[in-house]
Amino acid sequence: MNRELKRVTMVVIGMFVVLFLAASTIQVFTADQLYADSRNTRTIFDSYRYKRGSILVAGAPIAESVPVDDNYRYQRTYPNPATYANVTGYFTLNQGMTGIEGTLNSYLSGKTGSQFLNQLNAILTGQEPQGASVALTLDPVMQQAAFDALGDYEGAVLVTEPSTGKILVMASKPSYDPNLLAAHNADEVISTYDALISDPLKPLINKAIAGDMNPPGSVFKLVMVAAALESGKYTPESTFANPSEFQLPGTDVFIQNSTFTTCGYGATVTLATALRLSCNIPFAELGLELGRKAILDQAKKFGFNTSFDVPMTAAASEFPVVMNDPQTALASFGQYDVRATPLQIAMVSAAIANGGKVMYPTVLDQILEPTLKPISQFEAKEFSQAISPETSATITQMMINNVDNSNLITNVRIEGVKVAGKTGTAQNGDGEPYTFWFTGFAPAEAPRYAIAVVIENGGGLGQNGYTNDIAVPIARKVLEAGLNK
Amino acid sequence: MSAPAPDFVATGSIGRLKRVRSSQRMRNVELILILVASAINVASLVLVQWAVLDTIDAGPLAICGLLAVLVLSIHVAMRFVAPQADALILPIATVLNGLGIAEIYRIDLALGNEGWDSLANKQIAWTALALGSALATIIVIKHQRILQRYTYVAGLLAVLLIALPMVPGLGISINGARVWIQLGTLTFQPGEIAKIALAVFFAGYLVQRRESLSMVGRTFLGMRFPRGRDLGPIIVVWALSMAVIVFQRDLGTGLLFFGLFLVMLYVATGRGSWVALGLSLVGVGAVIANQTLDYVNGRFANWYDAFNDANFSADGGSYQLVQGLFGLAHGGVIGTGLGEGMPEVTPVSQSDYIIASLGEELGLAGIFAILCLYLLLVGRGLRIGFAGHDDFSKLLAVGLSFTIALQCFIVIGGVMRVIPLTGLTTPFLAAGGSSLVANWIIAALLLRLSDSIRSEPRLVVG
Repeated sequence: MNRELKRVTMVVIGMFVVLFLAASTIQVFTADQLYADSRNTRTIFDSYRYKRGSILVAGAPIAESVPVDDNYRYQRTYPNPATYANVTGYFTLNQGMTGIEGTLNSYLSGKTGSQFLNQLNAILTGQEPQGASVALTLDPVMQQAAFDALGDYEGAVLVTEPSTGKILVMASKPSYDPNLLAAHNADEVISTYDALISDPLKPLINKAIAGDMNPPGSVFKLVMVAAALESGKYTPESTFANPSEFQLPGTDVFIQNSTFTTCGYGATVTLATALRLSCNIPFAELGLELGRKAILDQAKKFGFNTSFDVPMTAAASEFPVVMNDPQTALASFGQYDVRATPLQIAMVSAAIANGGKVMYPTVLDQILEPTLKPISQFEAKEFSQAISPETSATITQMMINNVDNSNLITNVRIEGVKVAGKTGTAQNGDGEPYTFWFTGFAPAEAPRYAIAVVIENGGGLGQNGYTNDIAVPIARKVLEAGLNK
Repeated sequence: MSAPAPDFVATGSIGRLKRVRSSQRMRNVELILILVASAINVASLVLVQWAVLDTIDAGPLAICGLLAVLVLSIHVAMRFVAPQADALILPIATVLNGLGIAEIYRIDLALGNEGWDSLANKQIAWTALALGSALATIIVIKHQRILQRYTYVAGLLAVLLIALPMVPGLGISINGARVWIQLGTLTFQPGEIAKIALAVFFAGYLVQRRESLSMVGRTFLGMRFPRGRDLGPIIVVWALSMAVIVFQRDLGTGLLFFGLFLVMLYVATGRGSWVALGLSLVGVGAVIANQTLDYVNGRFANWYDAFNDANFSADGGSYQLVQGLFGLAHGGVIGTGLGEGMPEVTPVSQSDYIIASLGEELGLAGIFAILCLYLLLVGRGLRIGFAGHDDFSKLLAVGLSFTIALQCFIVIGGVMRVIPLTGLTTPFLAAGGSSLVANWIIAALLLRLSDSIRSEPRLVVG
């Protein structure tokens, strides 16, 4: 009988070994995956029970958790809600989370592996476990200036530091109040959320890095000039035929310059003049000469067709991969299916300002333990060398010339500071309101700020507005706010 | 003094043997372990109160102190009636019981259950009753041979207990399973007691018939089958337990009875082929049940496709299983700490899912500790089986300890998604009176068996 007993004993041990393995699998190997399941109500409750980390700009919180006397123990509050709503995103009871709140949730809630030991330590020393705080690269003065300057327009401003890729301004209008979505009343949150999501102006969209992207129009000509100079076959003095109308090859479609005449006087026009006067026909000619492939390659080096995690995922700006000649001609002045975020356009200017180097953009400076010890530190990362330092110097001169010697960009001239710039007025179809762009950098000789401004829906003026009156002054206000600090 | 050497050697080895088996020493070890177990139990309650109430409420602590006194009274009684009994069984059962109460109490606090709605209060009352039953068992049953005399009575009792919930007006259905009876405000699961009666019956009957079962019979398809009259009564009891699955809709209890039956039959006869046959019957039964019984089919679907949204949100779907897994994952390696997790989110977190609740708050570390305690307890029982001199003691010890092991596997394995979930209680831990009483009686019987075996005049290991 003992032989059978031995076997039964082995079976019993086997059963328990299975249980040991099952428990280890659930509680260790698949624990993170189970914790991340959207149906896991514990994750949501947890995020309220522990003090969630703050989101900081220049040391001051733009999102923080303050103790309250209800079941959730902490209330998420946003001290300057509308100005930063597109960056912080929202943090709700039942509608998920977005922005930094969503992207860096595991750090803010203290649930990443690297925080495990600190949490353990907090428990052992009887402290309340806390999430890590997130410090952003934003400049509060410039961000506020951008938000105020945008006024009632629908649009966005994005400023980066050319040498590092740090995002200093990320403003988007219209905005919303994330405090309303952080309420602890589920029904209230749902009704606020439903109202915001059905708002035709889409306040929940961060237009600086995503949304329904706009055609870049003439600001794309910077990419064209870069491609031309990099090819080695062109200089700013290269000339192009200067008709008042240009027939797209193989079609009966004629394109015109925005002035409906020739590009300045003369039978030919130089590349520099074409850029300064922002003429379409010379660029269409240039595009056809360079070919789709060369333009695409240059655009990709600047970051087109790549999605950047800043750390929120920014939409990839689009330069079409497949195009015929007429489409290439249209794309050469930023029309057809070319689409760009303000982030991408600012990156083009930043690369020109930074000797041709495109830095990986981010809004994340540091992640800090509750003890203020950094878990992660900002490190500048190079995305690509889009153009040579020589090309960048040449384009810089052309862009300074744009501002100083053209009546298209007068409103960004700043006393005592050289500004490099380029405007764009993109068409969205017959009778549709224009999209206004400005991009540039300052001070031009030692660039600190690269900026992109976009104003959608014609600034409320349909097809009657001018970039110089609408987008350009916003850029000046933001740059001045930074330069005057 | 003239020739001391040989004598000295002889008395020396016997002396050591005596020392090892000294009842005094064993009982002292037990006493210390009971005090340790009680300290752990009180500490758990204090931790729960600290975490949830931020203060110490002396009331529940005092009541649990009284339970410790009851355990100690069993200990004292054993010094007289079972001095040679195993020293680990009582402390292990005590600490499991106490951890269960602490966790049930903790969930009561979270759910706001008070007074007689509080499952912890009921559990404490049942624990007192269970400890009383254990004490009575160990005093009344002076030797397991008494039980052997009542083999057929035990079989009949098992059948009656199993059938009891089917009596109109007495039995009630909870969550679709008709395995409870209602006595006033109390509900009782007679099936829990039936498993003890079944173990006694199987042990007694198999001892009588093991020779004829294994020797006499016809060979069919290369397998030797026993004569009908030898196997008849066993088949009847087995069929009855299977009826539980079909008519009372209680998969867990049915599986438990069947597993008990197979293991005891195997140990008695040594016929592995019958085990294989039995297991294949389970397989065939499972397939048929899956196709014909809706509730079985649902259990299977909830198991193999638990995370499917359709199953998750279905009525009677995998919601509670998945919530239990979320809870376990939430606990991770070291757990949230007692009172710091959210076990109350999971349905029936105090009974069927008590292990998930404890796993959330005590973590993998706690789960391992609890599983080790069970393994140790079952190990002590199997050890008694090895050491037993007579077949009845051996079989009964195996049967009783195996029920604990199998019950753990069925319910914990169900919660951890190793096997489809079936409704069973986790021994000693889960809220549920009948289960507590039954398991404490099993503990008492194991204590009785270990004492009888050691005190009988024969040198054995252990």
